[in-house]
Amino acid sequence: MLSIIRLILERLGLGVLVLFAVSLIIFLGVELLPGDLCQALQGQSATESTLAACRKELGLEQSAPTRYFHWLANIAQGDFGKSLANGREISELIGVRLANTFFLALVAAVIAVPLSLILGILAALYRNSWFDRSINVLTLASISFPEFFVAYILILVFSVQLGWFPSLSDVSPDTPLLERLHKVFLPALTLTLVVMAHMMRMTRAAIINLMASPYIEMAQFKGLSRSHIIIHHALPNAWAPIVNVVALNLAYLIVGVVIVEVVFVYPGLGQLIVDSVQKRDIPVVQACSIIFAATYVLLNLTADILSIATNPRLLHPK
Amino acid sequence: MTDLKQLDLDLRAGRLSRRDFLKAAALFGLSAAAPSVLFGKPAYAASEPKKGGHLKIGTGHGSTTDSLDPATYENNCMQSVGKTIHNYLTQVAANGQLGSELAETWEASEGAKKWVFKLRQGVEFHNGQKMTANDVIASFKHHGGADSKSGAKVIVDAFSDLQADGDHTLLITLKEGNADLPYQLSDYHLAVMPANAEGKIDAKSGIGCGYYKLKNFEPGVKTSVEKFANHWNAGTVHLDSAEFITIADVTARVNALTTGEIDAADRMDVKTLHLLARNKNVRVIETSGNAHYSMPMRCDTDPYKSADVRLALKYAVDRNAMLETVLRGHGYVGNDHPIGRANRYLAKDLPQRAYDPEKAKFHLKKAGAEGLKVQLSTSDAAFAGAVDAAVLYKEHAAKAGIEVEIIREPSDGYWSNVWMKKPFCFCYWGGRPTEDWAFSTAYAADAEWNDTVWKNEKFNQLLLAARAELDEAKRATMYAEMQMLLSEDGGTIIPIFNNYIGAVTDKVGTPEVIANDWDLDGQRAVLRWWKTA
Repeated sequence: MLSIIRLILERLGLGVLVLFAVSLIIFLGVELLPGDLCQALQGQSATESTLAACRKELGLEQSAPTRYFHWLANIAQGDFGKSLANGREISELIGVRLANTFFLALVAAVIAVPLSLILGILAALYRNSWFDRSINVLTLASISFPEFFVAYILILVFSVQLGWFPSLSDVSPDTPLLERLHKVFLPALTLTLVVMAHMMRMTRAAIINLMASPYIEMAQFKGLSRSHIIIHHALPNAWAPIVNVVALNLAYLIVGVVIVEVVFVYPGLGQLIVDSVQKRDIPVVQACSIIFAATYVLLNLTADILSIATNPRLLHPK
Repeated sequence: MTDLKQLDLDLRAGRLSRRDFLKAAALFGLSAAAPSVLFGKPAYAASEPKKGGHLKIGTGHGSTTDSLDPATYENNCMQSVGKTIHNYLTQVAANGQLGSELAETWEASEGAKKWVFKLRQGVEFHNGQKMTANDVIASFKHHGGADSKSGAKVIVDAFSDLQADGDHTLLITLKEGNADLPYQLSDYHLAVMPANAEGKIDAKSGIGCGYYKLKNFEPGVKTSVEKFANHWNAGTVHLDSAEFITIADVTARVNALTTGEIDAADRMDVKTLHLLARNKNVRVIETSGNAHYSMPMRCDTDPYKSADVRLALKYAVDRNAMLETVLRGHGYVGNDHPIGRANRYLAKDLPQRAYDPEKAKFHLKKAGAEGLKVQLSTSDAAFAGAVDAAVLYKEHAAKAGIEVEIIREPSDGYWSNVWMKKPFCFCYWGGRPTEDWAFSTAYAADAEWNDTVWKNEKFNQLLLAARAELDEAKRATMYAEMQMLLSEDGGTIIPIFNNYIGAVTDKVGTPEVIANDWDLDGQRAVLRWWKTA
């Protein structure tokens, strides 16, 4: 148990370093883009004098290192600062959207994870049957289409023709839970179709891989049923790769949904970061990327811990 | 003239019957300038406007970086919100005529240098404060001065003095005469907001004296407004409440409209418009305004220094083909000057320039530039379809013996790194309500956005003379000559003007005349439209 706690602390320390590196890379990246916030904000209507006034007001005339360290000092105290573009507190700007992003990811995960695990196990159980083949074709087909295409097809069927679900997922903080679930159903379904194949196939492959091991053969000789072998003997040892793939896909559900957000007009973080990059609003871009990076760090950590905890051999390394 | 416009406004507002209007108008000797409400075509929705209801508008614009400060309004969404929650001194009516709003009457003297605006009495702000001239002064000052980053800086910096004479009279003195000042004061930036004790406005508060007050503002997501019961003219608007929803993706916008989740939308896709028009529950609203695509050439750079080369390049574009291909016919051809159908002094007698490879060759020969090769910078950031337009132009110009090399520029940073920098590129203009505004924004010798660096002495003299000229007939002649100069000698090719195309569901009623100066009925859809069901 102690070794797990030590591992968590170590990984958290490394995570902070990763976040620091990410913030530096993002800052340099945005700095390298042509133009600055004032040019982006004023677009075609910019003039030399309005640009100068704008830069002065926002402190953009200071050198890049000064601005970066100023920002770093604030973030160390938990102050994300203010958006350069509209002067709103970033924590307030991000708060609602982050909650929306997590909500959509959660709904999608609640549908996608059990579904893909069950389908994966069934596919391994009835390997090479018509069921296995058709489920593979379906999930691979849905992952191969671009997200917006899947989204448009779902809108066409469920929203325009059947009228069951709305095509706009414009939730606000005071939307009741049931209505909220109704509104996010189509985007969640889109995301489910996009991430399912990866998890389903990994589950299937991990189990099939184990089925050739001697201890499974032993279980077969004992006369156990196929489903009993898979669930009680193969699955516990297959968790490690499955959990890692699930973690990767959960992270994707949080950070990679901007296209789905745009198609369904869902007010999540993706749209915010795209707008902010276009406007060179560095503090907002930084805050969003820190959150995204932290999501990856934490989910990967959880995946590692879960795979160790479910596997005694990893828990007591020689 | 002002009084006549006031009459027009009263007629629209229902304070005046048609008979009274005709009687009063006869006193003013009115004939040709009769407002179109009287003689307009039969209405689509012939029914009387219905009161009440909630209108949901989906706009293609709006960003998480938007702010309520009127100085920063830069997209169709925020400009529409501004016109809904704020009042301005003047307003452009749906038929393009200037009407009064917070200013009841105005008068110019000394060659349009000194202006007196009589303000409306009893106007209340959303916070209960009464509007006085001091509020107007504070609101205007917000846009001027060295620290201003406002789009209306040019207008306010032209004031040499701004004074109140009592609570309801505003005196403006200009550095140079400008007959168009009342028009300029209708600019969406110049919202009148309440001043505090220090004579400053709280620009980000969203408090104004408009027909609707702000209920909720989530930048880049949605903005809700509700009717302001104490508005001085509250009886003229129909809706109880409304909301603007940002739907950036045009397909999502069409989906939301056809499934009835929104009632109206702007910026429909011309490529699928014929399919949308087949839907019985949707009505397309299309107006031809001043918005246009342009191809500026820098006149200080070879080969564009030569007027003959510029003419050759103008003759080398097949405008009709470009209109059909890029806009699917939803627009009209341009004549290499920025004055469009929503302007007052469009020179209708100016011959339309046609595609003529032979004439182009003739001018190339005259300039000694046969076998001309040019580089054309383009990106869809300039306007949707700018890359297609460039490819078309390459084909058209090839027939005139001109070789066009297309350079695809990145969309990101197009306006700061390509436009005004590269010698020949694509550009987009939303158009300006007055000729003077259009010319002095981008064609006057000293304009900050003179993207062609075109310096024509005659043109600039006429610009100053016409600006201070109060005689309409004389102004019309001067502006016609300026359009001719731009078309013949100017540095920009203006091949096409694009229409404003929006759509509404069958639950929305609209007036007979739809404004053509902006999207969404002059960005005043919430103030002019109503719900039928």
